[in-house]
Amino acid sequence: MTALALKMLFGDTAKYMMLVAGLFFASFLIIQQASVFCGLMLWTTSTLKNVAAPIYVVEEQVQQVNETNPLRDTDVARVRSVSAVEWAMPLYSGIQRVRLEDGSFKTVQLIGIDAATLAGAPERMIKGRLEDLRLPNTVIIDELAITRLSLKGAPPIKVGDRFEINDIEARVVGICKAARSFTGGPYIWTTYERALQYTPPSRKMLSAVIAAPVDGVSWEDAAGEISRKTGLKAYVNRSFGSDENDLNTSTVWWYVRNTGIPISFGTTVVIGFIVGVAIACQTFYSFVLDNLRHLGALKAMGMSNLRLSLMLVIQAATVGLVGFGIGLLFTALFAIAAVENQQPPFYMPWQIPVVAFGVIQLICMVAALMGIFRLSRYEPAMVFRT
Amino acid sequence: MNDETNDRVAVDVRGVEKHFSDGARSIHVMKQVTLQALKGEILMLVGPSGCGKTTLLSAIAGTLNIESGEIDVMGNPVHKMSDAALTRFRAKTIGFIFQQFHLIPTISVAENVGIPLLIQNAPKKQVIDRARAVLDAVGLGDRWKERPNRLSGGQQQRVAIARALVHEPPLVICDEPTAALDARNGEIVLELFRNVARSPDRAVLIVTHDNRIFSYADRVARMDDGEIVEVREQGHTEPPHFVHEHA
Repeated sequence: MTALALKMLFGDTAKYMMLVAGLFFASFLIIQQASVFCGLMLWTTSTLKNVAAPIYVVEEQVQQVNETNPLRDTDVARVRSVSAVEWAMPLYSGIQRVRLEDGSFKTVQLIGIDAATLAGAPERMIKGRLEDLRLPNTVIIDELAITRLSLKGAPPIKVGDRFEINDIEARVVGICKAARSFTGGPYIWTTYERALQYTPPSRKMLSAVIAAPVDGVSWEDAAGEISRKTGLKAYVNRSFGSDENDLNTSTVWWYVRNTGIPISFGTTVVIGFIVGVAIACQTFYSFVLDNLRHLGALKAMGMSNLRLSLMLVIQAATVGLVGFGIGLLFTALFAIAAVENQQPPFYMPWQIPVVAFGVIQLICMVAALMGIFRLSRYEPAMVFRT
Repeated sequence: MNDETNDRVAVDVRGVEKHFSDGARSIHVMKQVTLQALKGEILMLVGPSGCGKTTLLSAIAGTLNIESGEIDVMGNPVHKMSDAALTRFRAKTIGFIFQQFHLIPTISVAENVGIPLLIQNAPKKQVIDRARAVLDAVGLGDRWKERPNRLSGGQQQRVAIARALVHEPPLVICDEPTAALDARNGEIVLELFRNVARSPDRAVLIVTHDNRIFSYADRVARMDDGEIVEVREQGHTEPPHFVHEHA
């Protein structure tokens, strides 16, 4: 019966292609747009990936990592005074302007870390030595900076090259791998004190205190104790969805609630769903109508409604599977291109294809149900009159 | 009616009534219809278009509910059966030949022929072997792999005949078998049909308004305005001949 159902489906090439095309389009839109959205949300937490401290202590009202509501320098000592804390170091994080040799400006994400311990330093150096960051006027740049801070027609920026941050010289002593920032600017590491020099002065300049718990105390417990003892907000830095006091989670939800990004991507996903429903239902219904006399003949010859319905379900599920597969394949090609170009953001957790598959199959089942409803109303006696 | 006659009755229609509604109007399409078809015979149900013969055929086939009266097919009360029971009954008991053949164009001739066996969950190899055997009988053994739309109208009707007989049903019902065929092909198909379908344990019921094929019947029941007005025996003393309208 499955073979008969599939032969009837594949035999009508035009409708089969139309169904597959519609479901491919819907799958691609849903998976690709959802993955780009997730990638974008991942970019919002890139500082947390690049400065991978277990605990972030920030001003009480801060809800996301890119929001800087500076602390007093003495807050570092207050955090260190908490018994659950193994170590606590100052962190500067802010967007600054780099002036290139040709006089043009580029924005960068400047990170200032403790010079003694280098806590918060990049984890994967490609060139140069991390320790050289302790030398005067030195910075470590990420891979993106090579293209962003290089002049057109000139050799790419390398270790030993110089540029200016707010009119103060910065010499490149290392190149590292880093996650892309939400703002699109490259990451530049320097020491905390030098970061304050690069930055126009203000009364308070400490962006956050990064900390780690003592052995035997969980990140969450230590963060809770820091909050209670200092009145500051202490977040853990695990991953999105791990905990409500996780800064990744808090950051992503902040962007979801306070920007139009989810609405924009959500609209496209909904359009993908609607297009899928419209094309699949209309085409499948038309396919059933075209085959109604054959299905009616089968009904007259003694095929039960259940088996006929199963045939329609098999046909709908098959086009759904094929359309989804092609959609996933094209999304993968898109992902490869995105990864190679480092943009647009792309992150596809396993939940996206699973949910998208469910959505596509739901569309197909709605289409099949329409066909089943039409077939159930078709009296087998009609076959004698057509 | 004696016991011997009772044993020979394949279809027994008694006092069947049916109305169709056409908007506000009710059309009385079967008026106390009573008819018997016997095993081993070809019974033709004839009459002008709209006289109710296809409706009667549908009721006998169990594809149309009746309002009153009784219909027994091979001793089974069709009028009392549930939809599910009727579906199973049709699958085992009745072979269908439709006016427009209703062959599925995307599967092979043999697969089309095997559908009634497929419905009864026969193994695939058995389905194809049996289908090829029946196709041999109707002279299309060498075309079993082809798609139906590559065959002529007459050949398609022969495929439909093979499909109706493949599961050896005790009743074959046939709706306007020559309506889609020209005179020459109609003659060939009917001749073949008579040869392969006729069996002592099988009744063949043909609905037609094509008077060129009446001579192929053992009995002809004439219907008019929802009533059986005449049942005539055809004493075949010599093979029936096909009367060409334009001959």
